[in-house]
Amino acid sequence: MKFMNQISKRHTLDPNKWIDSYADYLFNYAIVRVNNSDIAKDLVQETFFAGLKSAKNFEGKATERTWLVAILKRKVIDYYRKINSVKGKAEVRMNFYEAGENEGSWIEERVPQTWDNDTDKLIENEELKQAIDRCIDHLPEKYAVVFRMKTIQEFETEEICKELNITASNLWVIIHRARTQLRKCMEENWFNA
Amino acid sequence: MITCDEATTICDKGQYGEASFLEKVKLNFHFLLCKICATYGKQNKTMTAVFKIKARSCKKETRQLSMEDKKLLKRKMQEVV
Repeated sequence: MKFMNQISKRHTLDPNKWIDSYADYLFNYAIVRVNNSDIAKDLVQETFFAGLKSAKNFEGKATERTWLVAILKRKVIDYYRKINSVKGKAEVRMNFYEAGENEGSWIEERVPQTWDNDTDKLIENEELKQAIDRCIDHLPEKYAVVFRMKTIQEFETEEICKELNITASNLWVIIHRARTQLRKCMEENWFNA
Repeated sequence: MITCDEATTICDKGQYGEASFLEKVKLNFHFLLCKICATYGKQNKTMTAVFKIKARSCKKETRQLSMEDKKLLKRKMQEVV
């Protein structure tokens, strides 16, 4: 009887239904991690192709969806590796702190300025959200990914570290650099604009 | 004494409730002596509020692939098969 149960629990694949059943789910999974709908679309497509290719290896232990998510997860990690290794791209990482003798002190022209009427400018509206988006888009891609996962999608630190294969202190340095840059960007384009 | 870079790193970590007790002590001591970082700290709370607004609105939207995208994807999959 036990044996019979196991047999009936085996899952099967039906690629004809993949797009209608899972495309949106996978797309949402991808977009919160890469935050670019074209890249997310590509990753979903690659996932389905990879799924077709390795369908013969499907053992039926997991559900179809879990199996596809596992493939997508690897695609996302590959994507992170790729952006990590892109060197010398036109991304500007701004330094805010001195190096050398005064290491770690504010660079004079980057010192935070006071904001006028900041509470008046905190009202939820489309302009505010667009201003944030534009500032996040100016971050180096790796910072943007980590920042969004932590702050906008509110993932646990541990989960991000595991997915991106970085240490917690690494994560906080990235978050710190991202937030310092975002603060300045919002100062210039929103609070003191 | 920690540097401004270290202080603001702790300050950012604190925005997620993940700074340790010792870190918070060091940070508050630094704030007493450094007006610039104290300003950063105050504004950081505003920034957190801004990001929360953004986070809330992102949670509300579920994104879907368009019918077009799905059709295209189906066609491509058929070519592969």
